Amino acid sequence: MLGYYLDLAIRSLKRSPGLTLLMILIVAFGVGASMTSYSVFRAVSGDPIPWKSARLFVPQIDIWGPKGRLDTSNNNDPPDAMDYLDAVALMRDHRGKYQSAMYRVSPSIVPPDPHMHPINVGGHAVYSEFFAMLDVPFKFGSGWGADSDAQRAAVAVINSKLNQKLFGGANSVGKTLDIDGKDYRIVGVLDNWTPKPVYYDVVNTGGFTTEQEDVFLPFTRAIDVGMPNDGNTNCAEVPKTPGFVGLQQSPCVWISYMVELDDKAAVSAYKNYLDGYFNDQKAAGRFNWPLNNRLRDLPAWLASEHVVPSDTKVSLVVALGLLVACLVNTAGLLLAKFLRRSAEIGVRRALGAPRMAIYMQFLIEAGMVGFTGGLFGLLLTWIGIHGIGWVLPKEIASLARVDLSLLAFTLLVAVVATMLAGLYPTFRASRVQPALQLKTN
Amino acid sequence: MQIRPVLAALRHHKAGTLLIAAQIALTLAIICNALFIIHERLARLSQPSGIDESSLLVIGNEWVGKPTPAQIASLMAADLDTLRKVPGVANVYATNSYPLSNGGMVLGVGHSPDKLKYVINAATYFADENTLSTLGLKSVEGRNFRPNEIGVLDGKGAVQPAEVIITRALATQMFPHASAIGKPIYVSARPSIVIGVVDRLRTPFVDSSMAKWSDCSVLVPYRQLTPITQYVVRAQPRQLDAVSQRLRAALYAVTRMRVISPKDGVRSFAQVREAAYRDDRGMAILMGGISVVLLLVTGAGIVGLSSFWVGQRRKQIGVRRALGATRRDILSYFLTENLLIAASGVAVGGVLAIGLNLWLMKQFEMDRLGMGYVLGGVVALLLLGQGAVLAPALRASRVSPVEATRSV
Repeated sequence: MLGYYLDLAIRSLKRSPGLTLLMILIVAFGVGASMTSYSVFRAVSGDPIPWKSARLFVPQIDIWGPKGRLDTSNNNDPPDAMDYLDAVALMRDHRGKYQSAMYRVSPSIVPPDPHMHPINVGGHAVYSEFFAMLDVPFKFGSGWGADSDAQRAAVAVINSKLNQKLFGGANSVGKTLDIDGKDYRIVGVLDNWTPKPVYYDVVNTGGFTTEQEDVFLPFTRAIDVGMPNDGNTNCAEVPKTPGFVGLQQSPCVWISYMVELDDKAAVSAYKNYLDGYFNDQKAAGRFNWPLNNRLRDLPAWLASEHVVPSDTKVSLVVALGLLVACLVNTAGLLLAKFLRRSAEIGVRRALGAPRMAIYMQFLIEAGMVGFTGGLFGLLLTWIGIHGIGWVLPKEIASLARVDLSLLAFTLLVAVVATMLAGLYPTFRASRVQPALQLKTN
Repeated sequence: MQIRPVLAALRHHKAGTLLIAAQIALTLAIICNALFIIHERLARLSQPSGIDESSLLVIGNEWVGKPTPAQIASLMAADLDTLRKVPGVANVYATNSYPLSNGGMVLGVGHSPDKLKYVINAATYFADENTLSTLGLKSVEGRNFRPNEIGVLDGKGAVQPAEVIITRALATQMFPHASAIGKPIYVSARPSIVIGVVDRLRTPFVDSSMAKWSDCSVLVPYRQLTPITQYVVRAQPRQLDAVSQRLRAALYAVTRMRVISPKDGVRSFAQVREAAYRDDRGMAILMGGISVVLLLVTGAGIVGLSSFWVGQRRKQIGVRRALGATRRDILSYFLTENLLIAASGVAVGGVLAIGLNLWLMKQFEMDRLGMGYVLGGVVALLLLGQGAVLAPALRASRVSPVEATRSV
């Protein structure tokens, strides 16, 4: 029976090629625009570390109190970064399974090859547990040990792209590298690790950025040599002493912090510890406002930091609006098309076809329009994803990908949506009175 | 034209009528908001920076090897000297940031040293006696910095300028009723005397969250002795391209121990502007594209459904023609029918447009939609409807009265 309906549908669609083409194009445009926007949205709102994101937490301590919140739109949230004093205290107490304070650095590197000009690189100063906490993949070597943190050792981990540039991609572990005029021993080379968003430090990178993460150095070492931070610095008051050392003594916030907590008990223990830390400081006279700490897991943290750019969301909303408008349109055209064939329906009904058969026939016809529209829509989506870099920021547009699940989803959306649009026209078609139609003919 | 018979006929096409009306309503809601977003972005794009952009180049420079402040001072002096001697260069100065650079220093400006009681934020640009002439700033009042007023920031002292030059927008914020010249403002714990006011100097930031103070800038007389510095170079008339070719080599000839990014180390200000507004322009194009597609789809849908209705009613049209209706009567019948449907559509659509805008305002901090956009959208959609129905209606008007006698 299905073959018969398909045949009927093709005949019917061929009978009015203009109308059919119009419907297919309308479905294609609606699906193409919404799927292009969706692919961008999917790329920027996805979980960057799905196997672990529920176990990674970002602690926030309210070190400024209510007076420091000039921006009232933020739900009374404490500062989203840490000052040096608290970051180091939390590292020293070491209550999580893994944890790392970190800040963004942008040192210059003098390449070992004397013919190359010095280059500027980006990266982070982190603690040794950073690599284990985030399951960072290594191509050569590994991260440094906790003893290097303690000794403020001049060691470095570099990303594969920088390794390619400086050492031609060879195993550079053990070689030395001139970073900001000091020699560092390379202990590890990452296996092309470029997480998007830069979820471990959205405060200083904004999440999506074209900046590379080329080098990772021990936090303690970077502080020791006075490597200034290249990220944001927020101050509720002007530091008493100027310069990077003054920043470390000030209540300005500029350090990101992440901690791994593996189960509920660990989370509540850490929360208690954090609250206890605040209360101890309060008792010591540092704060005179009530406890207002936060301990968000990674997905909640990314949401609270508005990592997904609002332009991406607005485009998705507008494109979905376009899809709905296209479907309303298709519904109107299908209605016209189906009701024009009242006579045919009358004959089929008179010859004994049940309503169900009419339903089947017309839904299959709608589905065919949807499927063909979906195929065209796929083409438009493909063009859209390759062209979206012209209109959306590069660091975001370059993340959109065509893959199997997007292909399947696009076709599914097209077919299901068109069949939904065809439901009412089909219902009307199935209500055609056979006697009336036969009489008028 | 009588409306009652049209309404009576529409009652027989409830579903089709509703679908066209819904289509028009949705289109109006989306188009109004899309046009509004486009306008918002274009308004940002056209905001003047106050500087003479067509003859400016910027250089992003970083000395490597951790030079001391004293070394940087002599390196910077050598660089400025070298740049000034490059053929075609009119003037140059070193700074931390420049308009539209999207990075810089922001200080709260107030009437007292209390940091939490500032009047407004302002961008802080490090400047010297060459800044005004390099940027081509229009001085409204007061004077320029003198060479002996330019201090240095070597990591030991804080930004506590004795004199500042501010923009007119900032001067109006701070002293609405009087001249700012000679009055103290506070960007630090110490008072800074306003010695000059320039007409306009935009901040480095294009983000909408900082739009409120986008013309509030402070020029402070400092040279910052940190490894990263920006040079702003003014080229002589029609020499911009030639000069931009020479700058990199000239600086590397002073010392090789520096980074000037091969990609964007030397940029013309046109490139700076292009990069700063790339996202805004992209969003405007995207919204424009979606609007065009939506209008086309809606127009095509109206053509399709109206054509079907004309085809369905050929016999009735024939009867009316046989009974004496003119072609014009038939034409105006279909035009009126479409106008009625479109009018109900835009009525609902107007409400939807405002609703969508309210939702967008709540979610994405957008501004309130102006009524002009809704009215413009209403007129555009009514015209679109009439335009789309014109071809089917003309076809209907050409139906011959003979059709009345044909049975199928």
